[in-house]
Amino acid sequence: MTVRNNGRDPFVHLTKRAPVSALAGLLIRAGAFVFAVLLCAIVVWIMIGVDPITFLKTMFTGSFGIQKLENAKNFTSFWRIFTSSYFWTTFKTGCKLLLLAVALAPAFKMKFWNIGAEGQFLAGAISATYIMFNYPGLNPVVLLILMLTVSLIAGAIWGIVPALFKAKWGTNETLFTLMMNYIAIKIVDFFFNKWRGTKSALGIINIDSEAGWLRSLWKGSESAWFRNEDLIFMVTVLIIAVLMYYYLRLTKHGYEIAVVGDSQNTARYAGISVRKVIIRTMALSGALCGLCGFLCVSSQGHTVNSNLAGGYGFTAIIVAWLSRFNTFTMVGVSLLIVALENGSALMSNTYSDLGFSVAFGKIIVGVMLLFVIGCEFFINYKVVFRARKTQKEAVEA
Amino acid sequence: MILYWIQKAIAFAAFIALAAMGELLTEKSGGLNLGTPGTMCVGAAAGFIAAFRYCSAVAEPSVIMVLLVTLLAAFAASALMGLIYSFFTVTMRVNQNVVGLVLTIFGCGLAEFLSIFFIKSETGNVRCDFANTVFTARIPFLSEKLGVVSDLLFSYGFMLYFTIALAIVLTVVFNKTRVGLNLRAVGESPSTADAAGINVTLYKYVAACVGSGITGLAGVYCVMEFKSGAWATADLVTIQAFGWLSVALVIFSFWKPLNLLWGSLIFGIFYWAYLYLPQLLNVKLSTDLTQMLPYIITIVVLIIVSFRKKKENLGPASLGVTYFREER
Repeated sequence: MTVRNNGRDPFVHLTKRAPVSALAGLLIRAGAFVFAVLLCAIVVWIMIGVDPITFLKTMFTGSFGIQKLENAKNFTSFWRIFTSSYFWTTFKTGCKLLLLAVALAPAFKMKFWNIGAEGQFLAGAISATYIMFNYPGLNPVVLLILMLTVSLIAGAIWGIVPALFKAKWGTNETLFTLMMNYIAIKIVDFFFNKWRGTKSALGIINIDSEAGWLRSLWKGSESAWFRNEDLIFMVTVLIIAVLMYYYLRLTKHGYEIAVVGDSQNTARYAGISVRKVIIRTMALSGALCGLCGFLCVSSQGHTVNSNLAGGYGFTAIIVAWLSRFNTFTMVGVSLLIVALENGSALMSNTYSDLGFSVAFGKIIVGVMLLFVIGCEFFINYKVVFRARKTQKEAVEA
Repeated sequence: MILYWIQKAIAFAAFIALAAMGELLTEKSGGLNLGTPGTMCVGAAAGFIAAFRYCSAVAEPSVIMVLLVTLLAAFAASALMGLIYSFFTVTMRVNQNVVGLVLTIFGCGLAEFLSIFFIKSETGNVRCDFANTVFTARIPFLSEKLGVVSDLLFSYGFMLYFTIALAIVLTVVFNKTRVGLNLRAVGESPSTADAAGINVTLYKYVAACVGSGITGLAGVYCVMEFKSGAWATADLVTIQAFGWLSVALVIFSFWKPLNLLWGSLIFGIFYWAYLYLPQLLNVKLSTDLTQMLPYIITIVVLIIVSFRKKKENLGPASLGVTYFREER
């Protein structure tokens, strides 16, 4: 083998950088995000002919706009307008993504590649629906508690099974959890086809009795602004996000997860039962995904199909990783991703005749994520160019 | 009927095996590319768009040109995906799983967007019959005169034989050539390979690009033969699922190209079980629950593999690990 650089230093090399300040890190990431959005705006301009200003405006309206705000006379009408706005939808969908990301955080912190959030979500959703479909006559409170319990258990089972094999025999968890997704999808398909009978779709379940719906809790009483299924859903998710932050940062369990994630040998040496931690953490992770399934069934669509998670189980992995398992950062990241998706949805509604399809949303999200994860490089490493020869070296040469 | 079942299984197995071969090549260099589903979608879209545009632009399309245009477009587009993958994982040293998942989201979106943009059809339902006939053309003599043998072995388009040939070539390359040994060294221990003077970065880049290109060919193969040359953007979801299956198949095969062939055949047989098994056993099985079989089988194989930890059955030692020269 030849030595190419004749003993000189390479022209450019990399060194690890001391951690940058939080503000600088944020600025670099924000810069990457802005750059990615501008790049997409220019691509749209060239390919479709929508100028960047209109593009950005439409994207913003589609994600955070509140339509017909000027019609709001009093609080009631304002609230009605507000809860049907794009802004509200973005927050609602963002919370779904957020809960899945929060659920995945402990598993990923443990370096357990759980890519089965879709399956764990669906396991929770279908078992909650099963109860709702078969026992609509129960007392609303009892029914909802029963649904909640079974969905937590089902989600946890979907998480524990791969964890057991990983802990005991080191079975590859990435593929195991992935395959569990498809098993859950097929189970959902099975019940979906069984329940719909000869109808073309399942439709909304218990549409007359509203049994198993979150709003059945206050059925009959006068409607107040806070009696809103979406609001309860969002508040629940945010509370869980805060609790998870403290669970990971301040409890013994959270510490054990961090140690197992960094080095299993260190964990064993310190007397931590690695198996127990893996199984316990995956039970928690799966149960929270199952909870998300329950919340989506009881407070959102009131129905089930195999696409209910809509790919968010995979997107949540990226959210969790980008946020470095910090649940407060996750709030921002998941809102951002959903905002880009919703913005593109409005773009495609407005400009579909020019060839703008909703699929462009996935491209924007993809490009944005690539830029943001790419800029981690500049946060972690320093590019060092070859220094000019010092005088002494020059004399020696 | 068993004959039909095996025929269908082989037709299914061929493109899954081809996609898995691309992923296997990448994994041999130590890169776990979870972007395979996205890459497959991009390859399928690029290949189909090229064929569709060519066939509608030229009055009398020629067989050679259709093949050339389709395969080149599919290979080039998906090799670009591989280039993005290796740029981020090798040069920028980002976590491989994360880059792969992002590429899957990006690739599926890109494939859908491009097909709607270039084909100008809102639902995206179009056909390219000429390319379909080219891809499904059978070998003249062998496919007619040999009875059962013809039906079983020679009733497929040329891509099946290409896949088998590629499996043999890859096996030889991995085991008998210097390039193959170097590639495996990079996958097993990049720092040792680096010390021995192997250009680790180059090997990782080339393996990921060529691997992704092969995966892309599998995507267009799937559209042209399995989906009979019909394009619908809704099919991208199916292609994505096939992509994940092929990632699983690599582990299923213990990282050996020849094992991919029979491994994918088993997959194929279980994939079609829902169609033939109930008739064969004369029982009524739920279609949805029978469709679970290939996934359950994969899990069972995964578990069995992890039980008996033989060294040669494990993947490349540095699989999924980012290599940074100055970190020892």
